[in-house]
Amino acid sequence: MPDTPNSDDKPRPAPSPRPPAAAGADRPVRRPVPKKPAEMPCEPWEGTLPSALQERFGDRLSRAVLLGGQKLLVADIAAAFEVLSCLKQEHGFDYLVDVTAVHWPDKPEQFEIVWTLYSFSANERVRLKAGLAEGDLAPSVTALYSSANWLEREVYDMFGIEFKDHPDLRRILMPDEWEGFPLRKEYGIVQQDSDWVRENLKIESAQ
Amino acid sequence: MAETTLAPPEVQAETLLDSNELVLNMGPQHPSTHGVLRVILKLDGETVLGTDCVIGYLHRGVEKIAENRTFQQFAPYVDRMDYVAAVSNGLGYCMAVEKLLDVEVPPRAQAVRVILTELNRIASHLLWLGTHALDIGAITPVFLCFREREEVLKIFENYCGARLTTHAFRIGGLQYETYDTFEKECLDFCDLMEQKLKEYHDLLTGNRIWVRRTKGVGILNAADCKDYGVTGPLIRAAGVEWDLRKAQPYCGYENYDFDIPTAKTGDTFDRYMVRMEEMVQSCRIIRQAVDALPEGPIKGKVGKVIKPPPGEAYVSIEAPKGELGYYIVSDGSLNPYRVRVRPPSFVNLGALDKMCRGSLVADVVAIIGTIDIVLGEVDR
Repeated sequence: MPDTPNSDDKPRPAPSPRPPAAAGADRPVRRPVPKKPAEMPCEPWEGTLPSALQERFGDRLSRAVLLGGQKLLVADIAAAFEVLSCLKQEHGFDYLVDVTAVHWPDKPEQFEIVWTLYSFSANERVRLKAGLAEGDLAPSVTALYSSANWLEREVYDMFGIEFKDHPDLRRILMPDEWEGFPLRKEYGIVQQDSDWVRENLKIESAQ
Repeated sequence: MAETTLAPPEVQAETLLDSNELVLNMGPQHPSTHGVLRVILKLDGETVLGTDCVIGYLHRGVEKIAENRTFQQFAPYVDRMDYVAAVSNGLGYCMAVEKLLDVEVPPRAQAVRVILTELNRIASHLLWLGTHALDIGAITPVFLCFREREEVLKIFENYCGARLTTHAFRIGGLQYETYDTFEKECLDFCDLMEQKLKEYHDLLTGNRIWVRRTKGVGILNAADCKDYGVTGPLIRAAGVEWDLRKAQPYCGYENYDFDIPTAKTGDTFDRYMVRMEEMVQSCRIIRQAVDALPEGPIKGKVGKVIKPPPGEAYVSIEAPKGELGYYIVSDGSLNPYRVRVRPPSFVNLGALDKMCRGSLVADVVAIIGTIDIVLGEVDR
């Protein structure tokens, strides 16, 4: 019988729906191995810096936690500039490491802007996050840190988030005339601006 | 023939003033831009009044690709960003995912990681030195640097089969055990390197042309470095003794004895000296790591399926070019929800305008070289 791969003497029983759990009591029930906690460890961040900030900003600074051991602040977008300015001028966070964003299409505040700061004197890193609704303006921190110029341009380029008072808000990595913002979740992985590709590259598709 | 009439004097003054300003395009196909960087220069005679960088020619959407790949699948992609220092990229990414997973990496894997990363730092600095000297007009160093760099690439090839985009590390540790002559080859390379560095110093450090072309060119002081987020050898050349390997040690760097080379003025010559000294320090680290290479497993407890719990982490390392950071957000699925790469080249290039203003056109070439950019990382 070369045709049948199953050369047992008994023919295979027809596939039947799985018996309910009670009926299969003789069979060892395979329980899932206990998984790690479903969330990253998150504990309140205590110290002079978070308490000073919370005292000053009150409700506008909604969280100050250690997420997986990393210092994280969550503020209102309206207070973000003030918080960053306070962190720079009063607490010595003189190096803006990164500005980026995360797109959460299902949340009411679709975007999350993330600033990563570092203090050379204290050797300390802090991350500040603020939610931003579609169409709202984010505060530009170019007045505080020159590095914000290109970083904010990249956020604008990739997410279409506009920064208020940015001196030169142009696209930086994508072509200037490109339609669409690639790092938004609804933007497909093979999506492209076909008109731009046709006009500038003289080909039908860049894929 | 139409008679030419002169414009009124006030317009004339204006146009004459304008005619002194020249907009000059440099790149993207220009040998000294190290890839496809385009710089639009605004000149007054030979003096640079301002620059505008046009980047993105190598943009491949790495961060978008990450969202559509599993954590393991994305690991080889990071090597394609800074392809001159692929090992460092891989280290940063693996460490960020390990942070999300909360996995310990065994000591042997950490030591091998340090050895390979330091070898890669030397390879990256050698490529920088060769091309930078070539840009300025010294042709010999590039041949010598590539000769020594070849030795590093041979070690990589023997270790994992690849020379440039190595994908040397895996999440949780290493894929491959070291080979029989690995330790010996690393030590031999350190011996060779220390000997050859003298040759480079003989060729360049006292060379009058080299000194004239680099001293006082492209100065960026410590305050400006911090303001522009400039890191790596550039900030150390400005006198800030800051290196993530010392400031926030990772991967067992606290166990090695090495110095942070610094300089004072923050000009192109100082950055050259800092990078030369960094190669010496890397050799020191490699020797110590090889001598104390622990035995044991090379991979931590990581399952076949990598599914970090929902959360986020920012992990950064001292790449050859500066602070390389990975900010990864996980939503508990197989794919990362968001991967943000904080590229040192991109941020350092942002200070180009500041460094070029007031300098001569010919120095722009030296300044681009001294920042040590890799366009694959700038554009991602």
